[in-house]
Amino acid sequence: MKRFRCAEVVELVTVYLEDALDEPARLGMEQHLACCGECGHRLDQFRAVIGVLGALPSEEDLRGDVRDRLLSAFRDRHRRGA
Amino acid sequence: MALAGGTLPPDDVVVAALRTGDEAAFAALLDAWSRGMLRLARAYVSTDDSAQEVVQDAWLAVVEGIDGFEGRSSLKTWVHRILVNTAKKRGVRENRAIPWSSAFERQGGPSDGSSRFSGEDGVPPGPWKDFSVLWPTPEDEALASEVRGQIAAALAGLPDRQRIVITLRDVEGCTSEEVCEILDISAANQRVLLHRARTWVRARIEAYFETVGRPA
Repeated sequence: MKRFRCAEVVELVTVYLEDALDEPARLGMEQHLACCGECGHRLDQFRAVIGVLGALPSEEDLRGDVRDRLLSAFRDRHRRGA
Repeated sequence: MALAGGTLPPDDVVVAALRTGDEAAFAALLDAWSRGMLRLARAYVSTDDSAQEVVQDAWLAVVEGIDGFEGRSSLKTWVHRILVNTAKKRGVRENRAIPWSSAFERQGGPSDGSSRFSGEDGVPPGPWKDFSVLWPTPEDEALASEVRGQIAAALAGLPDRQRIVITLRDVEGCTSEEVCEILDISAANQRVLLHRARTWVRARIEAYFETVGRPA
């Protein structure tokens, strides 16, 4: 099993979270994370960032006139097609 | 999209409904995906109005092309590929073309913050430890809302390709496979861009906490 240094762990956080490491690397990563508090924190912070990103409110919605135009285009398309 | 899309019926049901002219199905799709599409379009074009037009044109292409949808990818991926192609064309007209060539392999990440985490000694900087308890959690609404503002600003400061990937993955909740298909990039490229973007956003939040100190 590979032994990781902190700098290597930092670069592999996303690959690790993607579950894209091979088995020996994953085990080495997990062993490092289990005994390195700093890297454990960093992983938590990555997860926190991902969590907040996923909870970002939408700034903008489809404009009402655009939505109306699309619905009417959809109706027209079907009248033509039918 | 993933969340909103979770309430949609399976692709074959939606596609059949669209083909038979089921307007309610089309409206549901519009309402489920348009916000995410606007956010994605906005990464390619320079104004909110342009983004609205890009999303409109993409949906018009979907309406015209739905009979030709073969189901080789998911409907969501197909619609978003149409969106990206529409947005790219528009971006070219606005001189905001974003090349997805191998060039970005040589491109470094944003130049501040992130390098601290790949230092020779591998020792992480001290402040992390101290304010990690302040990181936003769903239970901490006031802080989370302020941090959201900081994160939006951080996203705006990213290079285009990184912003597009992190928007699709972490904001819209697409899978890595979907992102690779939508953007025509390899899994490795997708991960490099995503990692740089996340590292940058995290560094921005760190900078924010260093500036404001511990909230009361």
